[in-house]
Amino acid sequence: MAKILEKQVLRFDLVAVKIEAPEISKKAKPGQFVIVRADEVGERIPLSLARISPEEGTLGLVIQTIGVTSSKLAAMDVGDEISDVAGPMGHATPIENYGKVALLGGGFGAAPMYPIGKALKEAGNTVTSIIGARSVDLLVYEKELGEFSDKVLVSTDDGSKGLKGLVTDALKQEIEENGVDWVMAIGPAIMMKFVSLTTKPYNIKTFVSLNPIMVDGTGMCGACRVSVGGKTMFGCTDGPDFDGHLVDWGLLMARQRTYLEEEKLAMENYLCNCVPSATK
Amino acid sequence: MTEIKIHEYTKEELKAIRKTRTKMPEQDAVARGKNFEEVALGYNIEDALREANRCMFCAKKLCVNGCPVEVPIPEFIKLVKEGDFLGGAKKIKEKNPLPAVCGRVCPQESQCESLCTLAKKNEPVAIGRLERFVADYERMHGGGSNGEVDKPKPTGFKVAVIGSGPAGLVVASDLAKLGHDVTMFEALHKAGGVLVYGIPEFRLPKAIVQSEVDGIKALGVDIKANSVIGKLHTIDELIEAGFDAVFIGSGAGLPMFMNIPGENLNGVYSANEFLTRTNLMKAYLFPEFDTPIKKGAHVAVVGGGNVAMDAARTALRLGAENVYLVYRRSMEELPARQEEVHHAIEEGIDFRLLTNPVEVIGEEGWVRGIKCIKMELGEPDESGRRRPVPIEGSEYTIEVDTVVIAIGTGSNPIIPDSTPGLDLNKWGYIVAGDNGQTSKPGVFAGGDIVTGAATVILAAGAGRKAANAIHEYLMSKVKN
Ligand SMILES: Cc1cc2nc3c(=O)[nH]c(=O)nc-3n(C[C@H](O)[C@H](O)[C@H](O)COP(=O)(O)OP(=O)(O)OC[C@H]3O[C@@H](n4cnc5c(N)ncnc54)[C@H](O)[C@@H]3O)c2cc1C
Ligand SMILES: Cc1cc2nc3c(=O)[nH]c(=O)nc-3n(C[C@H](O)[C@H](O)[C@H](O)COP(=O)(O)OP(=O)(O)OC[C@H]3O[C@@H](n4cnc5c(N)ncnc54)[C@H](O)[C@@H]3O)c2cc1C
Ligand code: SF4
Ligand code: SF4
Ligand code: FES
Repeated sequence: MAKILEKQVLRFDLVAVKIEAPEISKKAKPGQFVIVRADEVGERIPLSLARISPEEGTLGLVIQTIGVTSSKLAAMDVGDEISDVAGPMGHATPIENYGKVALLGGGFGAAPMYPIGKALKEAGNTVTSIIGARSVDLLVYEKELGEFSDKVLVSTDDGSKGLKGLVTDALKQEIEENGVDWVMAIGPAIMMKFVSLTTKPYNIKTFVSLNPIMVDGTGMCGACRVSVGGKTMFGCTDGPDFDGHLVDWGLLMARQRTYLEEEKLAMENYLCNCVPSATK
Repeated sequence: MTEIKIHEYTKEELKAIRKTRTKMPEQDAVARGKNFEEVALGYNIEDALREANRCMFCAKKLCVNGCPVEVPIPEFIKLVKEGDFLGGAKKIKEKNPLPAVCGRVCPQESQCESLCTLAKKNEPVAIGRLERFVADYERMHGGGSNGEVDKPKPTGFKVAVIGSGPAGLVVASDLAKLGHDVTMFEALHKAGGVLVYGIPEFRLPKAIVQSEVDGIKALGVDIKANSVIGKLHTIDELIEAGFDAVFIGSGAGLPMFMNIPGENLNGVYSANEFLTRTNLMKAYLFPEFDTPIKKGAHVAVVGGGNVAMDAARTALRLGAENVYLVYRRSMEELPARQEEVHHAIEEGIDFRLLTNPVEVIGEEGWVRGIKCIKMELGEPDESGRRRPVPIEGSEYTIEVDTVVIAIGTGSNPIIPDSTPGLDLNKWGYIVAGDNGQTSKPGVFAGGDIVTGAATVILAAGAGRKAANAIHEYLMSKVKN
């Protein structure tokens, strides 16, 4: 059981929570994730660590509501308890002084970038954070990333703030104008794919945090299989970070769609509550 | 309590009943293919008494030689015959702490029952069924797995048990009874190991596993779920934090794949994923439970062990029209329990023997078929079994939408990678002496993580030996 201590709605589909997790917070490193089960009938889903506070004994998670589990979590209030939180899972992002780094967060992805970026800054890097959205009112995390970044670049599809275009356009501009030595992207697979394609011609090392479907998160089930450099790996125990230039993006995206039909059914069910949940 | 009527069998009657073992009632083969309830329903009192009377109480007790933990078989059967079922359960537990589980899942036909004297001429005594009967009887009559034990005097020693499968359950129970302060760390949200995530409800009801888990809780064992050792705490950190001894019973949970083309297509599962979704996460009750599973209409399961049988029969119960079991050797070599093979055949699983997959065929990212090659048996290999060799040009494709790979498991690297000084063998399993002692002082191991995927009774037996060794180790500390 992990109690929710604070909750903040960042955007219509993004909720930030601070949860009590004294043991995990002492061990967790930027780039790692937890496996969460909302309630007794819940699915196990992975969520990246957006804040790690060992002194407080807490963790911060940012949840994008897309299906049943994320909706259940987002509906919980301060004082409610999440049934299960296990971790820290996966490997930490390797923090070194790479020189000039560019960090791209899409959707919920800007949140886990926070501890990673902070650690990279402390390791001596010059940090450029790049975030984007369709328009200015959907932009989140700009202020937070600004706390440690040397520069935060913003792009919007409609040009309502910053550069008019995609985050990859902003990245390209930064590479051309100031030079970049190392890139990391967290977010939807499609965004990470295009970030990797953008950096490929420049041969810039590009880390991506892959989000395949997971069950246990401990290497026991193989649901999280990804193909990297032609080799099958487990997203949970070999990752979640991989070299974006070597990832088979088609496979990742295809496998993410495995349960599309079931998820739709589950969501309809959740919304109309047709099936009495065993917890009630 | 139910009245127990003892019938004295005459010589003639005995002669007659010794020929065939007492049948165990079962759910009808067609009906059970559509539900997840237990297939074998267990003996009633009358059945058990009849079966117990078949035993000849041989002085040589050959049956006992066949049991990995040497259950005192004739002694417990004698108690059953006398109607003392609780006494029978207690007798078994002197050697086997998990009789309700082992009575159901031990491969009796290659262990205790294979050596039964009766088997020379007739059918062997149904030792497993009797074991299950007394354990169920005990559970239903308040005996509980750990019964009423006097609260032992606390020794002040703290022991960490990693993993809650049969090995861990036995270590925790034995050491708690000796007065040690036991904390059990389990990676998943629920305790029980393979008994909860792997072996299906229709073969081992989860309520039985839960009663074993409740039993160790009642003994004062602190069960910490969601605790992945190696990630949350390393073994060295546990020792620094004051644990006087550590037992590793983390099992052999790493799924193996075949490394054939198409294996990452949507619709290809490892047996671990397929069974975990269904059993642990209750996907068969989706959407009442949130975890989904693809309910294939035509399913191929690759492998021939218990895991493969479980996956095949699970696929059937999820609603498949055709389930193929693809195995590269012949019926004689099938490593699964005989009873499961028999049940699988009855339920209509289509056995494609001497057949080996070479490719999973896909279309737009989804499984459409499995291309197989026919095999023939050649010369015996290291294991003494005849080696299957492919027959050139015999490839054919079975049209399926789901493939489950059940060809075995390996050692999960999380604990080895985070534990310096822990010796491993060439397959990555932990090297441990006969009593479970590893290369690290105070650290013991047992079960599948030492032997590789084996059986419940071997894991339970290893747990008992390790518990004794840990107790001895801790007590020797007092003297020094
Ligand atoms: C390492 C990792 C870190 C992640 N970090 C975050 C995070 O910090 N914040 C966040 O909002 N999301 C994160 N995700 C994605 C998140 O796990 C999914 O959005 C979530 O599982 C959706 O569940 P659902 O029931 O709400 O939606 P569903 O309707 O079940 O699923 C919608 C989509 O989410 C994905 N998904 C579903 N179940 C799982 C699962 N068990 N594991 C992985 N993906 C799944 C699938 O692509 C699916 O199509 C992360 C994923 C991974 C692998
Ligand atoms: C589908 C299936 C069917 C089977 N059928 C039979 C049968 O009919 N008869 C029979 O005798 N045997 C059968 N077996 C084999 C038997 O179940 C195993 O040999 C036995 O369970 C091994 O016990 P164990 O205690 O060593 O490990 P497991 O039962 O594997 O338990 C290990 C536990 O440790 C946990 N763990 C792993 N790593 C960590 C970590 N780092 N930190 C914390 N916890 C951890 C795991 O989550 C798991 O709960 C079957 C196995 C499977 C998979
Ligand atoms: S533990 Fe298994 S092998 Fe031993 S007597 Fe019982 S059923 Fe037979
Ligand atoms: S060998 Fe068979 S008949 Fe003899 S004691 Fe054992 S179970 Fe009974
Ligand atoms: S999530 Fe099960 S192995 Fe990675």
